[in-house]
Amino acid sequence: MVDVFAPRDERDVADLVAQAANSGTPLEVAGYRTKRLIGRPVNTGAALSTGELSGVTLYEPNELVISARPGTSLAQIESLLASNNQELAFEPIDLSRAVNKRPLGVSIGGVFATNASGPRRILRGAARDHLLGVRAVNGRGEVIKSGGRVMKNVTGVDLVRGLAGSWGTLGVLTEVTMKVLPKAEETRTLIFMNLPDEAAIGLMCAALGTPYEVSGTVHLQAPLAKRIADKDLADLGYSISALRLETFSASMLYRIDRLRRDLSPFGEVYELDHGRSLAFWSDMRGLSYLAGTWPLWRITVSPAKAAQLVGALRAIIDCRAAFDWSGGLIWLEVPPSMDANAADLRRIIGQFDADAMLIRAEPHVRAAVEVFQPLPEANMNLIRRLKHAFDPMGILNPGRMYAGV
Amino acid sequence: MPPIPVIRSDETVVRNRDSIMAALSRAVPGVKVIVDEPGRRAFETDALTAYRCPPLAVVLPATTLEVSAIMRFCHEQQVKVVARGAGTSLTGGALPSADTILLGLSRMNRILDVNFETRTARVEAGITNLAISAVAGAKNFFYAPDPSSQLACTLGGNIAMNSGGAHCLKYGVTTNNVLGVKIVMANGDIVEFGGDSLDPAGYDFLGLIVGSEGQFGVVTEATVRILRMAEGARPMLVGFPTAEAAGACVAAIIASGIIPVAMEYMDQPAIKVCEDFAHAGYPLDVEAMLIIEVEGSETEISALLEQISVIARQFEASTIRISQSEDEAAAIWKGRKSAFGALGRLSDYYCMDGVIPLGKLPEVLKASNRICEDYGLKVANIFHAGDGNLHPLIMFNANDPVEKQKAEDCGADILKLCVEAGGCLTGEHGVGIEKRDLMHVQFNAADLDQQMRVKKVFDPDWRLNPGKVFPLDAQKTFLESQAQTADG
Repeated sequence: MVDVFAPRDERDVADLVAQAANSGTPLEVAGYRTKRLIGRPVNTGAALSTGELSGVTLYEPNELVISARPGTSLAQIESLLASNNQELAFEPIDLSRAVNKRPLGVSIGGVFATNASGPRRILRGAARDHLLGVRAVNGRGEVIKSGGRVMKNVTGVDLVRGLAGSWGTLGVLTEVTMKVLPKAEETRTLIFMNLPDEAAIGLMCAALGTPYEVSGTVHLQAPLAKRIADKDLADLGYSISALRLETFSASMLYRIDRLRRDLSPFGEVYELDHGRSLAFWSDMRGLSYLAGTWPLWRITVSPAKAAQLVGALRAIIDCRAAFDWSGGLIWLEVPPSMDANAADLRRIIGQFDADAMLIRAEPHVRAAVEVFQPLPEANMNLIRRLKHAFDPMGILNPGRMYAGV
Repeated sequence: MPPIPVIRSDETVVRNRDSIMAALSRAVPGVKVIVDEPGRRAFETDALTAYRCPPLAVVLPATTLEVSAIMRFCHEQQVKVVARGAGTSLTGGALPSADTILLGLSRMNRILDVNFETRTARVEAGITNLAISAVAGAKNFFYAPDPSSQLACTLGGNIAMNSGGAHCLKYGVTTNNVLGVKIVMANGDIVEFGGDSLDPAGYDFLGLIVGSEGQFGVVTEATVRILRMAEGARPMLVGFPTAEAAGACVAAIIASGIIPVAMEYMDQPAIKVCEDFAHAGYPLDVEAMLIIEVEGSETEISALLEQISVIARQFEASTIRISQSEDEAAAIWKGRKSAFGALGRLSDYYCMDGVIPLGKLPEVLKASNRICEDYGLKVANIFHAGDGNLHPLIMFNANDPVEKQKAEDCGADILKLCVEAGGCLTGEHGVGIEKRDLMHVQFNAADLDQQMRVKKVFDPDWRLNPGKVFPLDAQKTFLESQAQTADG
């Protein structure tokens, strides 16, 4: 077990990183360390946790903005927002059931460091789209800031997005400022059963092509649908395709009626009421349907190619898939093997312009394969150069995303 | 603030214009080149017309490969490059210097693919913003960011500046609507980031490139999100006796859970100018006015506008007018959208672009009006109220150098005020040359150094869109320290 430092203020983070930079000591950077089982295993002399660097530092409900230190729990932020009927519209996912086999709390820093967006991403954008400002410590131990607390800001190079999704390899977040939005008054869900993948993706794309602001589209193949929390649906033994509508109560009847009518060619439809819908989508965020033991991949692709891609994979791998973002995000479980089928999988997805990341696998597998999608050399070269621009000594989560980065 | 220093040029390059351009024509056979003086003059400025300088030459490529060949040539010959879309930048983003080759992307304006199923469009960077929506509109889709110049401005320019518009409170700005880009790097390499899927692997280079103001490379193609249009949209006008009441009303609307697709604020001088020009029926007896637009079905729109009316009445609204017809809606928007043109008929003006936290609106407006008074300048204020983006239009006489300087100083003071209030220097126009030296107000040395280190990742020799974005003194210090340590 390595020493874990948990500084309580930004100055201490900066001092710690500066010392590490001086001595060339690599640091494992994390919040609550719940995602340590994801990504490439990191070997470091010490760990820096932002878990103790917590607290909401600003909340202006009327300006749709909240700031917090990175160690603040997502649960705390969401409950504070809920007291004003607001939410993080990108609906962060929680991978802990899928990866740690039990629900664990996540930190807000971890949400942005991994750009963890849920089903509503398809309508409202990703975590990185809702990040307005950051404070961070770079690999030199310097405090840097970018963005701010206002909704629109194009002042200077957009380091906010540079840091989002960088898995702690470019800087240690010390404060994040987010855009928030009002919660919808009412939520309903349309469920279609037993659709093959291609029809389901057609359904989800058609739904998003309507003007009714469909805010969630998932399709779970039968083996994964069996695991969801809604027992009545799980026990049917079919694949499930779900569409979410969220709007003012006064609009709901009209929109759901129109949507049912427009989508009637896709077959019989079941409707979940407000309460059951909230539970269903909370379960989708919690990813209980991925709580298996086989290696798990996360694949992003154009929805137009998603069904074909999974078809091509199934021809050679005994896999199970769930589709989010109208097919643009595929969660794929594959049977255990030495390389989690990385070689076959990457060869095939290459034909579909897709990216794949290995989310769940034994450490020796994650150490043996490229966990994050390898990119063309021109892109990898820029990745290395960007890393160097933030962390010239290579001390922040070295090798977490890519070897040598 | 002293006048913005003109970007210094390398006289050797200027003297060798003819031989450099002859060599370029040999290196990139068939590419359209303009070297004659009148031709170059056409590209000497953008929409920040106070600053002008004809470029070394103008090159108008038609393909990504031509752009790549031009960039490789410039890299080898150590010639600087400024990319330009339609030249609508309000901050001098496309202003050349005498030793730069101006790379005009306007010929690269094709739509390459539109996919209504996946709701994406792949286009060349020289296409105009509105042309994307025009094609998408065939099936009731549109491209969401809508800068006022959308008829003329190009997507490439929008990407460079991370452009916004009146409707971005709901739909986001450019960075939220771009899925992929093809970019030609300073050395001519062609690199792609993202594509037709969401949230590409690796670092968020897309996020860094959007808004990089031509500092990182030349974007030649992009894949953008297109969205299904709402069933309908309708604006209403609300007049208020005070700025405080209007600001409080905006906050109350948001607090009620309604996010209108647009909330545009105009102060009395702006209302008058626009009304005189567009005859939109704006109330002339109010201190402040909001144009609030909501979307949805007819029933949804009526319900939302009614709810907003109820809120507005709680804030002393003296005029509430819900548009009753397409014509009336068009007239209401025509007034707002022609604000810049209408004011331009009366006076030269300098358009600021600060952003403030919404709650600070009344105090910032009061203080900014006082600043203008102190300089003896008139001002009209237009404000994207939903997202805090304030556009004070400072009127001055461009033929009077003293007054021109006053206007720039006045603008700078207002932007400082915005930053002090918790906001920022620019919400959608970019930094360019105009706010370059004000960057110190918002950022310290460590912040700026980190930004410049990222610039250097893309443009190691510092040859793209020179003299912009980063304060000149900070650039100098940075480059000197880089030369000493040779350590990025």
